[in-house]
Amino acid sequence: MNTDHLSPYILTLVTFVPLAGALLLVLLPRRDRDIRIFSLVVSLLAFGLSLHLPVHLHRGQPGFQFEIDKPWISSPNIHYHMGTDGISVWLIVLTTFLTPLCVLISWKSVRDRVKEFFILLLILETALIGVFTSLDLFLFYFFWEATLIPMALLIGVFGHERKVYAAVKFFMYTMIASVFMLAAILWLYAQTHSFDFVTIRDAIANHQVANFPAAAQWLFLGFFIAFAVKVPLFPFHTWLPDAHVEAPTAGSVLLAGVLLKMGTYGMLRFNLGLFPDQARSNAPWIIALALIGIIYGALVAMVQPNMKKLIAYSSVSHLGFVVLGIFSFTTAGLNGAMFVMLAHGVSTGGLFMLAGVLHERRHTYEISEFGGLASPMPVYAASFLFIVLASVGLPLLNGFVGEFLVLSGAFQAKPLYGTLAATGVIWSACYLLWMFQRVFYGKVTHPVNNSVSDLLGFEKAAIWPCAVAALVMGVAPIMWLAAIDPAVQAALTPFAQVVSKVVVQ
Amino acid sequence: MTLLLAQMQAIPQSVDYVRILPELVLSIFGILVMVLDPLVDEEKSQKTLGYIGFIGTIAALLSTWYMAQSPGLAFSNIVRVDSFSIFFTCLVIAIAAVVILSSFEYMAVQRIRAGEYYALILFSVVGMVLMASAVELVMIFIGLEISSISTYILAGFRRHEASSSESSLKYFLLGSFATAFFLYGVALMFGATGSTNIDIISQKLQSGSVGLLVYAAMAMMFVGLGFKVAIAPFHIWTPDVYEGAPAPVVGFMSTAPKAAAFAVLLRVVFAINAPGRFWFLWVAAALSMALRNAGALVQSNVKRLLAYSSKAHAGYLLVAFAMTTQENSATGISAAMFYTAAYAAMNVGAFAVVSHFANSGERFVNLEDYEGLGRSSPLLAATLTIFLLSLIGIPITGGFFAKFYVFSAALRADLVWLTLIGVVNSAIGAYYYLRIIVVMYMRESRKQVPVTPVPFGLATALAVSIFATLYLGILPNRILQLAQHSAQDLLPQPPAAAAQMPQPAPTSVH
Repeated sequence: MNTDHLSPYILTLVTFVPLAGALLLVLLPRRDRDIRIFSLVVSLLAFGLSLHLPVHLHRGQPGFQFEIDKPWISSPNIHYHMGTDGISVWLIVLTTFLTPLCVLISWKSVRDRVKEFFILLLILETALIGVFTSLDLFLFYFFWEATLIPMALLIGVFGHERKVYAAVKFFMYTMIASVFMLAAILWLYAQTHSFDFVTIRDAIANHQVANFPAAAQWLFLGFFIAFAVKVPLFPFHTWLPDAHVEAPTAGSVLLAGVLLKMGTYGMLRFNLGLFPDQARSNAPWIIALALIGIIYGALVAMVQPNMKKLIAYSSVSHLGFVVLGIFSFTTAGLNGAMFVMLAHGVSTGGLFMLAGVLHERRHTYEISEFGGLASPMPVYAASFLFIVLASVGLPLLNGFVGEFLVLSGAFQAKPLYGTLAATGVIWSACYLLWMFQRVFYGKVTHPVNNSVSDLLGFEKAAIWPCAVAALVMGVAPIMWLAAIDPAVQAALTPFAQVVSKVVVQ
Repeated sequence: MTLLLAQMQAIPQSVDYVRILPELVLSIFGILVMVLDPLVDEEKSQKTLGYIGFIGTIAALLSTWYMAQSPGLAFSNIVRVDSFSIFFTCLVIAIAAVVILSSFEYMAVQRIRAGEYYALILFSVVGMVLMASAVELVMIFIGLEISSISTYILAGFRRHEASSSESSLKYFLLGSFATAFFLYGVALMFGATGSTNIDIISQKLQSGSVGLLVYAAMAMMFVGLGFKVAIAPFHIWTPDVYEGAPAPVVGFMSTAPKAAAFAVLLRVVFAINAPGRFWFLWVAAALSMALRNAGALVQSNVKRLLAYSSKAHAGYLLVAFAMTTQENSATGISAAMFYTAAYAAMNVGAFAVVSHFANSGERFVNLEDYEGLGRSSPLLAATLTIFLLSLIGIPITGGFFAKFYVFSAALRADLVWLTLIGVVNSAIGAYYYLRIIVVMYMRESRKQVPVTPVPFGLATALAVSIFATLYLGILPNRILQLAQHSAQDLLPQPPAAAAQMPQPAPTSVH
């Protein structure tokens, strides 16, 4: 099928279909059922359209594809420049994959202000996709900030008891961090008169930017702080548990599944892409923070009495792997980092949905409130176990591939990194399986739990696709890595000498 | 002396009148409202006067378009029509139009006899338009006085409220003090350069040496204007004055007189190419941005809160003034002009919502009164949210591009620290706008706050403000180009180009 005529517009379509859906939702009458069905159709449409990208991506070819570059504002020189490569393409698909599942999982659990909820969800989807598709720094910042409001409102309006505190904390943390990025972007613009990622990257690489060596470290940090808070890298992680615990299920899924990846994607694309020398020189302390994050996140997760908080801290731990992989500057490490991002999106998304199912029935996330759930809810228990195993990193499921690659990359960089990070894998098995044991095995400890119903149809429809994706990703990771690898190789070109040096050692 | 006499006797040409057409139109409509006020019926006709005022502003906008066809100097080089003055003329008249539209309901609800209210708005706009277009410091002073005196009265319009009288009196006392400073500065400038004409002062300063007197004059003028635009450390009056004044008036006086005063400040700073201004502006900008955060975080009155915010916005705007080279100045001026326009759109809109919601006697202006507004009146809450997001500076609103242009201009001029202070403050400042959004959407209402339907006039005003806010946020190009064009008009020409320009006739007395 010849679809080349579509290619300049496909990214625009994928990005803005959800927004168009949200605008139509505004006009729709407040009949909750229609609104839910409509949102599901829109998000599935976006998913279908986004599948065009990996299918038609020329895998061997480095550089950006499906590009569209139109002047938007002449002064300052802002372009509507979008494009994707092997790095961002899967993150786009991850976003469009998770959104319909979010719609499904919210089918019954959101009863109040249904219209507003789905409008916010769809706006959030557009902003998230926009972050991954923009190649103009201005456009990128625009979408980056645009994700804040729908997410903060989803937490603050539809969340649980301490929702306002969590929403404001989330907003202020990320907002304050990202203005440093804005300052760095503005500085780059002032020197290069361009916001274009490719132009700026080439200008820096060819030493055409005035005053660059003096400012480079500050610019690197300006970008890094914005991304580190989003990831969140230890010690900037304190907003995350609050936001997760208070967020509605769909909010948590997108927060853990996609929003956190904005940070790691940003590091990979901008910190490594624009400032390779600074990335290199700052790597030791960043890796140290990542390692602390891996171990600290896991240890704190272990003692959490709250299921959602436990999953939130496990995210801190897993995202530490991603940062470690990125700053190992090895092909395996970067491939692994990308794969962990996708795997974590799928499996943690699934875990949050499962936790949400339980909250729907018992209105609590306290692990001590449960016990022996395997007998009243067998299907639920099986699904939970599957996703937990995927998250733990059982071979043949998706968690294993990414963590293995990251660890081998870390070993190549420095054996100590790999050794320390490897303990994180053990910890994650501990806290997740222990949590599973406490919730599902043994006798039913609370009589209320005898009467809880098993997974309903729409919940199965939301959770099982995650399980299927986890299995497929674990069995055939090459389907993903084939696209990721060339892009990662290209991203590592400035580090070529470094890599070969490591190999020689 | 004979020269001055000869000039005073010079008979104005008809084109001179065209070049002040908006002022004339506004004055005529203002007088019309005053004359009709005693004649029309007490109860019903207040709205009629309002409509006359509104038609006056529309007519003035149309006459501005007519005026724009014949740019140039008028009335012995007192007034100049160029794209800079047209920009600000249109802006202040548009603000007045929107404010008048949003006042109909307020006046009816507060049971204020509103005839002279509309006349005063029109008269103060006359003063502001004169400030924007005058190139003669004495004329600027007269414009400043016309606009200020009208605004003093407007601030005290809730006659039966002590707080409103307090507001008016405070504003009057401090304001006249400030204008006196400005006048003193003008006098010193005249002593230093022998002229009050901006073009001539600029030439004198470029050619000759700059004495201490000039610095003193600049400082005095800066104090006077600094008061009008409420930048630190001349901002202490704002919260009290804003709290007591009627809500639509606050919307008006936090935007229109500021826009006009910024126009004057731009002229004084850039057209004169004021010497020794850099650190002065730097410190004032940094202080304005930082100080308000301390104050605003504890406010529970929405009007006071927005008053603190207006101070911060004046600080961001001032960042654009700290430019020194010719090329950077052009970017700075256009950024400042864009900021003024965007700020006007969002602030007028926010105050229109506040004044609608305040109800009779302005009972509901506290933060807790806004609880649950997102549920009881979703459209109004969404409207206010858009304005607040724009005030925070979130993308796709005008407020975002406004901050963006200012900070990128500052970075281009290597003002890295000022930019950092600015962006960090704008992020911290987001918190207190966020508080309003939080109480509207995330809290349940604890009090019975009546929500009345939005009348047509107010709906139009809000629609215009929203449109302007979003237009500036999505397609800022056009306005920015206008501003850049104006910046070129404003800046003193380099000597080579200036020689070809017709020399303005000297107005000095020798």
